[in-house]
Amino acid sequence: MESLSNKKKVLEQKPLSFMEKMYLPAIAKGMGITISHLFKKEATVRYPEVEREFSTNFRGMHSLKRDENGKERCTACGLCALSCPAEAITMIAAERKPEEKHLYREEKYAATYEINMLRCIFCGLCEEACPKEAIYLDGPIVPADYLRKDFIYGKDKLVEAPLEMKK
Amino acid sequence: MDTGFIIEKFILVAVIFGISLVIAMYSTYAERKVAAYLQDRLGPDRAGPFGILQPLADGIKMFMKEEIIPTTSNRWLFIVGPGLALLCACIGTAVIPWGSPMEIGGKIVPLQVADINVGVLYIFGVVSLGVYGVMIGGWASNNKYSLLSAIRAASQNISYEIAMGLSIIALLLMTNTLSLKEIVDQQHGWRWNVLYQPLGFLIFMVCSFAETNRAPFDLPECETELIGGYHTEYSSMKLGFYLFAEYINMFVSSAVMATLYFGGYNYPGMDYMATLLGPTWAPLFGTAVLFAKIFFFIFFFMWVRWTIPRFRYDQLMNLGWKGLIPLAIANIIITGVVIAILENF
Repeated sequence: MESLSNKKKVLEQKPLSFMEKMYLPAIAKGMGITISHLFKKEATVRYPEVEREFSTNFRGMHSLKRDENGKERCTACGLCALSCPAEAITMIAAERKPEEKHLYREEKYAATYEINMLRCIFCGLCEEACPKEAIYLDGPIVPADYLRKDFIYGKDKLVEAPLEMKK
Repeated sequence: MDTGFIIEKFILVAVIFGISLVIAMYSTYAERKVAAYLQDRLGPDRAGPFGILQPLADGIKMFMKEEIIPTTSNRWLFIVGPGLALLCACIGTAVIPWGSPMEIGGKIVPLQVADINVGVLYIFGVVSLGVYGVMIGGWASNNKYSLLSAIRAASQNISYEIAMGLSIIALLLMTNTLSLKEIVDQQHGWRWNVLYQPLGFLIFMVCSFAETNRAPFDLPECETELIGGYHTEYSSMKLGFYLFAEYINMFVSSAVMATLYFGGYNYPGMDYMATLLGPTWAPLFGTAVLFAKIFFFIFFFMWVRWTIPRFRYDQLMNLGWKGLIPLAIANIIITGVVIAILENF
């Protein structure tokens, strides 16, 4: 069939020439290439000690944000959990008491908020779904651990540090 | 035979045995490091500074692993296999001259366990025994892949042993002796055999790659076709023995190559060094030179492994029977003719 793209290349199998049959020239060439790599700088990043530079839109560990007065933004609406394709997020909502006004921004808040980091695929849909700008995937890489239960991160690990502690 | 002689030999054997085991151990580390650096990586660097304790960690891991002996295997031979492989690898070091005789406290101590007058033949015998470890292990596993691999190893070793033997014959025409000690002493200073026998050395080197089952001739453990090859069914330290035997084989064949073709413990300017260092330290310096040569060859083995892809089985056989054997025979004829001309005219 006529080639439309004109990119088709017909290869024919030729018997090896004498030089090719000796293997040695090709071997010497290959050995030269590998030895030149011995003197090249290695591409490895020694991870726990050195961290690679991430792009600005890198999605790492989640953090639950506070507003400018240090109140938690999350209202436990559940949209993040609903949008999560991996079903990694669960929460229990609670009603804010009058004396807790300085802690939570709205009348409803998340009493528990858990993300299973083994399920999470770091797609960032929770961050897009959130109407309160309460969750962002702006943290570092989630560290390794030994037990499955330790990968379920609660509010103790997720909520941003209070304002005065930040300073 | 006096007790001094026995003690002297015992110490020498213990030292050589220890050194070859340590070198085999650190060859595993060196292999991973060389592989890493040739591929722009770092290699193991977590256990100790620069990962220097990695072989120990690997050894401990090997000992701790669960040991599985398949119920359908031939139990006794299954256990004998790895031991035989390691034993055959280790006894090759006995005839290699590690240095010229050393003077310790007025006593001349030869740095060679046994200067037998058929040293070259002994090495050949031991090397061809080495394939029994692989064959017995592969057969006793009662596994198709292991058996195939054992057959491959056997046929590969037999085919390449012929070319290896023929390449040595050309060398023996020159040296007129089978004793490794005398072969080394003939290469005093710069008169290394490789300068007179470059083709013979090339054939010998290619064959020793095949004999040690190293890449590009590592068909017996070709993982794409045979899973793990002859050690598919092996686990724990039995597997470790097989892997270890490969590295000791590599060490021994590097030593043989250095001894036969690269002058062993000879180096240019050795007479001057002998007067400078005295009869105790000069032989040790020679030994260090020999080890430098051996390390270079071990590095070369690794360098080749991480460069050249594995041969196909028919290519391997073509190269062995149609390439190396005729070349080796031609080498014998050329050597013989040249020697005849030099002696008669």
